[in-house]
Order: sequence, then structure tokens, then C-alpha cells
Amino acid sequence: MKIKGILVVLALAVIVLVYNAAYSVDETEQVIITQFGKIIGEPKKDPGLKFKIPFIQKANFFAKNLLDWDGDPGEIPTLDKTFIWVDTFARWKITDPVKFFQTVNNRFNAIGKLNDIIDPAVRNFITSNKLIEAVRKSDRTLDRGEVGVEASERTYYRVTTGREKLTQGILNQAQPKLAAFGIELVDVKIKRINYVEQVEKSVYGRMIAERKQIAEKFRSEGKGEAQKILGDKERDLQQIQSEAYRTAEEIKGKADAEATIIYAKAYGVDPEFYSFVKTLEVYIESLGEKNTLILGTDSEFLKYLKKYPE
Amino acid sequence: MSWDWDKLKQQQQSRGGGVPPQMDEILDRFKKFKLPGGPLVILLIAIIMLAATTFYTVKQDEVGIVQRFGRYIKTTQPGLNFKLPIGIEKVTKVNVKQIRTEEFGFSSARPDSRVRFNSGSNNISVALMLTGDLNVALVPWIVQYRVKNPYDFLFKVRDVRRILTDMSEASMRLVVGDRSINEVISKRDEIAVEARGLLQKELDQAETGIHIVTIEMKRTNVPDPVQPSFNEVNQATQEKEQMIYQAREEYNKAIPAARGEADRTIKTAEGYALNRVNRAKGDAARFTSVYQEYIKAKDVTKRRMYLETMRTLFPKLGQKFIVDSEQKNILPLLNMTNQIGAEK
Repeated sequence: MKIKGILVVLALAVIVLVYNAAYSVDETEQVIITQFGKIIGEPKKDPGLKFKIPFIQKANFFAKNLLDWDGDPGEIPTLDKTFIWVDTFARWKITDPVKFFQTVNNRFNAIGKLNDIIDPAVRNFITSNKLIEAVRKSDRTLDRGEVGVEASERTYYRVTTGREKLTQGILNQAQPKLAAFGIELVDVKIKRINYVEQVEKSVYGRMIAERKQIAEKFRSEGKGEAQKILGDKERDLQQIQSEAYRTAEEIKGKADAEATIIYAKAYGVDPEFYSFVKTLEVYIESLGEKNTLILGTDSEFLKYLKKYPE
Repeated sequence: MSWDWDKLKQQQQSRGGGVPPQMDEILDRFKKFKLPGGPLVILLIAIIMLAATTFYTVKQDEVGIVQRFGRYIKTTQPGLNFKLPIGIEKVTKVNVKQIRTEEFGFSSARPDSRVRFNSGSNNISVALMLTGDLNVALVPWIVQYRVKNPYDFLFKVRDVRRILTDMSEASMRLVVGDRSINEVISKRDEIAVEARGLLQKELDQAETGIHIVTIEMKRTNVPDPVQPSFNEVNQATQEKEQMIYQAREEYNKAIPAARGEADRTIKTAEGYALNRVNRAKGDAARFTSVYQEYIKAKDVTKRRMYLETMRTLFPKLGQKFIVDSEQKNILPLLNMTNQIGAEK
């Protein structure tokens, strides 16, 4: 009976020991073994079943996968004195769990360190660059459609840095400082940039003015175009009418000339006779009952009335 | 001390006799209680429990990721599968076919979509973006994605969804930041394609195991306060066209009519020309005919023509006075009443 009991107790003790000695490491974890707080051996980075000295050694788990950090959106002035909200985020990894364990110990502390290092770096880079550098990616030419004069300065500014280089700069500045904590900063990204409220209002005002100016341009273009067409109309009208007049007069002139030639040829044979015939015709056409005729007796017509010829 | 020994023996016996009956009693009860097929039930329960933790099904659109003591072992396909029981192996099922949707800058009423920001003000701040010409645009969009690499999806990143949403915003803003406000409004497809490329690259770099199926842009716009002025531009475009069309109308009203009129003027002139020439020819022909007869008997013809004319003319005339050829200066005596009457 007693032996049996001892065996049971022993078995239980072994189970407890084995259970305490064994630990499994997940794919997303890495482990540091400490013995009374002192780090023993290399950190265990590959997953699976592991063993340690039970009770004396302790397994400390750290994340191995990619972790996130969200920056505190702050109001930052740019080099061209525009106040903007910048919201950043970053991704990081614990690459040296030993250093990490010794310096910051847990993720909460680590995020505090990241805040202390990345936020100022973001500030530095934003304040030392123009706003456009943080907004644009490349210096590709924008298709602005209808631009006005007022927009030219902003349009033709050459982007030299761009957002990608800017965030790379932030990364490069923050990276070495974080290495001391066993942290690798994978990247820093700008999630949002927005104008602060007052600036936003003035930007809206500018946008409205810009649009209004474009609208006016369209309207006056319309007017101009319409006037041009109306001008064309006037010109074409005058041209058509005058050309018609000219052609008509030419035709008439030619006809008159031809008629003149015909008359001259016909009547030229005997101008005296023509004159006689025509005069008689004119008498008939031009004299009527309204005319009073006073004839002398010596006229050709009345010569027989006065005296009979011998 | 024999009595002592005896006493002890007796005592021992009495004690030994006292305890076993109790034990027997308990054992007896235990045996009686368990006897009707007891071991079988225990075995059965044990087998069921083992089976329950050993077999598992993977649905049609899923794969199972098997970990033994935390270490990744294999990926299992849809159907019935088994693993080592009681916590030795662990299965995580990942849906690799389902297309998930994230919405940015707006919220649809669809119940299945997971909307990141619920409150209205937040929605707007997701969509508000600076454009490359430092204007402000409202850009809402959706991202559709599915898991392409379940291993990466589970193990490489702590919070995949968060990376996805953060990266979507960052990529979209990067693209919009390189476009003018006009381009943002009119070239949404181009933006969606570029943003998708950027986002996929970032997600691959971070080993998230996510495949972006599509980025779809919703209606891009300008912020409310600016909206009327943008409409005004559209309106002005219409007005411009209207003015041009009106002018064309005027032109078309006048010019073809004028051409017709011009044709008429020319035709009239041609008519005049024909008339003039024909008349001339007629007059000439008549004169020539008369003349040809006249030269045959000049004097007689002349006299005849003269007298014939007089005969036609005289009856038509009004008052006729015959004055002797010797009489001079009679004009003051003439009564001109006839002429005055004619003027009336």
C-alpha cells in the first residue's frame, strides 16, 4: 500500500517537473531562458517543444512577428509655415530579444520608447521640408486642366524630396537609436496629412476662388467665341452681298455695252435717218392732250394752208 | 512481560479487525456501483474525447494549419483530417477563398462588411486627403482582399487587419498626393490601379499573406464648402457651349439666306442683260428693215413718215393755235389755264 502511494506521489512529481520543464514555442514567439533573473544561453528563436530546468529557470516569451506602432498625430508647422496634422504609423520587430529583455522588457515600454524616438524624428523632417514635399511622391507633371495665373507658383514647384524619401529619412534617423533596444524599425509611414482647421478654411477659400476664376474664364471664352462667330457672320454677309452686287453690275454693264455696239452698228449706217425716225417716235411718245401746240403758218405742215404751191 | 505482549497483540488484532471491515465496505460499495459495465463506459468516454480532439473537418473554402507544440507542421486540405490529440497538435482554420471587404471614408449599409470607422466625423477624416496641388479632396474607396498565404497570414504579423487598413490609407494618400484635384475627380480608375499596386507591394514586403483582389474607388469629390464652386465651373462650361451654339445659330440663320439673296441679285442682273441685248437686237433689226426700204425711195418715204406721224400726233394734242408767220410776241396773251388745270 505504502509503496503504491509513494509511486503515485513520485509519478505526480515527475509529471509536474516535466510539465514545468517543457514549454512550447509558437511560430510567432521567441524565448529567453533566465535563471534567477540571469540570462542563460542563446535566445530560442525556432518554434517547437523545448525543455529547461524546472522551477529554477524561467521562460520569457517575446513576439517574433511584425508589430505595429501608431504615432500620435500632432500639429506640426512645415518649412513654409503651414500647420498640418501628421498621423504616422510604423512597423517594428524584436530582433535582439536579449537586449530587448534587458532594456525595455515588454511591449508597453517598447511603445513608449518608439514614441520618444519616432515622433521627434517626424517633427524634424516635417518642419525642415515644405508641405509639398510631404504630400507629393514624385515630380510628375500634374494635369491641372484649366489653370489660372494664380496657381502657377504652386504648380511648377519642383519636388525634390517627396514623401517616400522623407519617410525613409525619418526611418534612417530613428533606426540606429532603436537598435540599442533590440528593436528593428521596419518602416515609418505617413498615414494622413491634413490641414489644421484655420488653414483648412483658407485653403477652401482659395479653392473656391480658383474655381470661380476658372468658371469666369470659361464664360468669357464662350463670349469671345460667340463674338468671333458673330463677326464671321457679319463679314460673310457683307462679302456675299457685295460679291453678288459686283457680279450683277458686271453682267449689266456687259449687256449695256453689247446693246450699245448693236445700236451703233445698226444706226451708224445713216445717223441722219435715225435721227429723223427717232424724233418722230419721240413726238408721239412725249406729246399728248396736255400739250398746247402753237404753229406758225410757215411750218412745213401748214405751208399748204397759207398758200397753194404753184 | 508476556501479558504485555498479549495485550499488544490483542490490541493490534482489535485494531486490525476494526479497520479492514471499513475498507471492505467502501471497496464493496465502489465495486457494486461500478460493476454494471463501468470500465466500458470510461473507455468509451475516453475514446470519444480522444476522437474529438483527433479528428477535425476542414470546410471547402478553408485550409487547416497544424502546429505541433507551436511549431508549424503542415497545411491540411478540405475534408476530414486527424491530428495528435490533447494539445500536442493544434489546428487553426483559415478561410482562403472568402473575399473580405474593408471600406474607407464611407459606410455602406451592408451587414456583412466590416466598417472601420462608424462615426460620421471619422469617416470624413479618412476620406479627406491633400492632393498634389495642395487642394483637399474627399476620396472614399473599398479594398477587397483574401488570404493567399495562410502561413504568413497567421504567423508573420501580429495584427494583419490593422496593417491592411493603415497601409491602404497610406498608399491611397501617396497616390492621391501625386495627383491634381482634377485628376483625382476624373481619373479614378488610374488611381485605383496604382494604389492597388503600391498596397500589394507593401503587404508582400511585410509578409502578410494577403492578396488584394481589387481597390474600387467610390465617387471622389471635393469637401462640401467647395462643392458649389466646382458645380459653377461645370455650369460655366455649359454656358460657354450654349453661347457658342447661340452664335452659330445666328450665323446659320443669316448666311444661307444671304447666299440665296445674292443668287437672286445675280439672276436678276442676268435677266436685265438678256432683256437689254434682245431689245437692242430687236430695235436694230427693225431700224435696218425700215432703212433698207427707205434708201430705195428716200424722199417719198421721209415725207410719208412725217405725215403719218402728224396724223397720229395731232388728234392727241390739246389746244392748238395757228399763228401767222409774221405775227411776233404773242406769248403774253396766251391763256395758260389749261396747264394749271392739268396740274390739279
